[in-house]
Amino acid sequence: MDTPVKICIPSKGPEEGDFVDERFGRAPFFIIYDTGSKMAESHKNPASEAMGGVGPKAAQFLLNHSVNLLVAERVGGNAIEALKAGGIKVLLYEEKGKTVRDAITAFLEGKLQEQ
Amino acid sequence: MKITVASGKGGTGKSMVAANLAWALSETGPVTLVDCDVEEPNLHLFFPQDEPATTAVTIPVPAIAPERCNFCGDCAGFCAFGALVVTKDRVLFFPEHCHACGGCSLVCPVGAIEEIQRTLGTITTRKLSDTLHLVTGTLQEGEVLGVKVIKAAKELAEKPGWLVYDASPGTSCPVVETLQGSDFCLLVTESTPFGLHDLELASTLTSRMGIPAGVVINRSDGKDGEARRFCDEHGIPVLATIPFDRWIAGIQGSGDLISRRDSSWKERFIALARACLSRGEGL
Repeated sequence: MDTPVKICIPSKGPEEGDFVDERFGRAPFFIIYDTGSKMAESHKNPASEAMGGVGPKAAQFLLNHSVNLLVAERVGGNAIEALKAGGIKVLLYEEKGKTVRDAITAFLEGKLQEQ
Repeated sequence: MKITVASGKGGTGKSMVAANLAWALSETGPVTLVDCDVEEPNLHLFFPQDEPATTAVTIPVPAIAPERCNFCGDCAGFCAFGALVVTKDRVLFFPEHCHACGGCSLVCPVGAIEEIQRTLGTITTRKLSDTLHLVTGTLQEGEVLGVKVIKAAKELAEKPGWLVYDASPGTSCPVVETLQGSDFCLLVTESTPFGLHDLELASTLTSRMGIPAGVVINRSDGKDGEARRFCDEHGIPVLATIPFDRWIAGIQGSGDLISRRDSSWKERFIALARACLSRGEGL
C-alpha cells in the first residue's frame, strides 16, 4: 500500500461536483483530498482576490496544509518555484469541463503526468 | 507653482505640452521639468545632452539570515503581496512582489530579517540652461513600483520656481503620485470619443484629489463641440487649443518644440502657464 498523500485541486466551487478551475492562484476554492482517509476538505483560497502575488500566496496555503500534490491545468512561474521548493509536485490535468471528482478519479487511476 | 500635465488617454500630447510649457516659461524664470512617465520617459528627446548626472532609486527589501530563521512563516503570513514563501527548510523571496513596507522584518520573532537595498530605477538630471532643468525618472524593465521612482524624481526636482510634472497616461497610482502636491493640473485631450471618455476619468481624479484643472485641446480639427460641452458642464476651463497642423507635426516629429521655433507659440505657452497660476492660486 502506498503512503497516503494529500492532493489539491483548484475548484470553481466548494463541492467535489464543482468544476476544476483552470487557474491555480486565482481559483476561488481548493479541494484537498486525502488518499489515506479518502476524505475531501474544501477551503476558500485566501489568495484568489488578492491584488498581486497570488501564486506564491496560494503555494504557501498548500504548504501550510501539508499538501503533497497539486493537480492543475496552469500554474505560474513563481508558484511553481515555491511549490518545488516546498516539495509539492504538480500534475498536469488538461481535460476541459471536468469536475473535481473527475480529477480525483483520474489521479487515483494513475492517469496524470507530472509537470 | 507646481503644474501636472496629465491626460486620461495616451498619445494626446502631454509631453508636447509639458516640454513647450517648460521651455517657454524658462525664458521668464527658473523651471524644473520632471518626466514622471517613468515606464516610458521621453522628454529628454526634446533636449539632447551627453552624459547627464544619474542616481539610482533603491528600496529596502528583506534579506533572510538562514542561521537565525526558524521557518515559523510569520513573515509570509504578514506579506500582503506574496513576496515571501516559507517552506519547512527555506524562505523564498520574490523581489518583484515586494512593496518595501518593512513589515516582515518587524513581525519576525527571531530577528532573522535584515533590509538590503534593491535598485528599481534611476533619476537623471540635465541642466539645459541657467533657468531650465530636466529631471527624468526611469523605471527598470520588469519592475512595477513606478510610484517609488516618481516620488524620488519629484523629491530630487524640488527647487524654487516653476515645477512642471509630465504624468503617465491613465488614472492609476503613478498619475495619483504625480498629481500629489500639485497646485494645478492641465488635462490634455483630443476631440475624439476616446479622448473625451478618458478626459472624464482624468477630471474625476483631479476633482477627487481637490486639484483645480484646466483643459488643453490638442490636434483640434475645429470640431471640439463635445469636448467643450463636457468642460462647460463640469466647470473645467478650456485654456488652450492646439490645431491639427502639418507644420506643428513636422516640428514635433523632428524633436523640436513649437515654442522654441516660433515666438508667438512661446507667448501662448507663457499665457497658458499664467492662466494655470491664476486658477491654481484662486483656491
